[in-house]
Amino acid sequence: MDLDAWRLIMSGATIAVGGIFPALAIGMITAKAVEAIGRNPESASDVRTSMILGVAFAEAIAIYGLVTALIIKFV
Amino acid sequence: MALHISLAAETIGHIGPLPITNSLLMTWGVMLILLFMSLLSTRKLSLIPNHFQSVIEIILEGLYSFFSSVVGHHVKMIFPLVASLFLFIIISNWSGLLPGVGTIGYTEPVVAEQIEFEEKARVDEKIAEDTHEAILSVDEVNVTQSESASSHATKFVPLLRGPTADLNMTIALAIIAVIAMQYFGFKTLGVKYSHRFINIKNPILGFVGFLEIISDLSKVISFAFRLFGNIFAGEVLLAVMAFLMPFIAPMPFLMLELFVGFIQALVFSTLTSVFINVALAHEE
Repeated sequence: MDLDAWRLIMSGATIAVGGIFPALAIGMITAKAVEAIGRNPESASDVRTSMILGVAFAEAIAIYGLVTALIIKFV
Repeated sequence: MALHISLAAETIGHIGPLPITNSLLMTWGVMLILLFMSLLSTRKLSLIPNHFQSVIEIILEGLYSFFSSVVGHHVKMIFPLVASLFLFIIISNWSGLLPGVGTIGYTEPVVAEQIEFEEKARVDEKIAEDTHEAILSVDEVNVTQSESASSHATKFVPLLRGPTADLNMTIALAIIAVIAMQYFGFKTLGVKYSHRFINIKNPILGFVGFLEIISDLSKVISFAFRLFGNIFAGEVLLAVMAFLMPFIAPMPFLMLELFVGFIQALVFSTLTSVFINVALAHEE
């Protein structure tokens, strides 16, 4: 196969594999946060802030995968 | 018509030696909007606010109480920085969603260096397989090919591009944020703040200091790529959706991008304030 075909395959594979674990992480973080808010609704705003921070950190991994995929594809 | 996605911002003109990219043009627009709004809202300050002033007050009060819940009593010191970051980033993110941004533009012939680059790659391949004699002939072919290619190869250059969909802008913002952390650390703790990085009292703390230096440097990358990746991915998503089905399908994704733009602005400024708070935590 030529280089362009490999690039297409690998950029797709990069974001596919790189998206699995952040997706899991975001699901777990949000599940726990919703659980916490359900148990203690008064703390909703504090929990929400920490949840957004945690989700942002987990999402950063997916973004690194995306950037790598874009670099493989375009550069 | 092919789908057009460009990772880098396109140059649309020059002022002296300074290349003006389309995202820089949009950045000036965002700066004008912010300047105009701040001037308009502070021109006639009154104790009983008019409609516009009260809207701005609601936004700023919300931000102030949010940041004070994150950093506590340091909020007075860092509020101008993080609130400016938030407002600038959110206007930048949303400005990329305006109709016409990224779609209005002009076509120009593909610049010569790109063709040369491609040709060079081709020539390199041929060098690998052909003899020296062949290279000379390739050089001749090369000239004719680049002439013919530049005559018909064109690319679309949008006139405007979301400022935060350009890696230069997000790296600049990230560097500002990381330098501000060090600035506030030294401002509050004085020379004692440097003990966070350089500590010769015992080897473990010395190694932790080394890790702190690495982690602060990597914060630049992480900040920059998080913002850039989210906004750029959003633009690609919208472009692909509009390409697949132009009419109803992009609507939910536009809503999603509005939400992502808000969340990313919030995340950027919140992380900045959290890290500043961490930097100030050595306070005794």
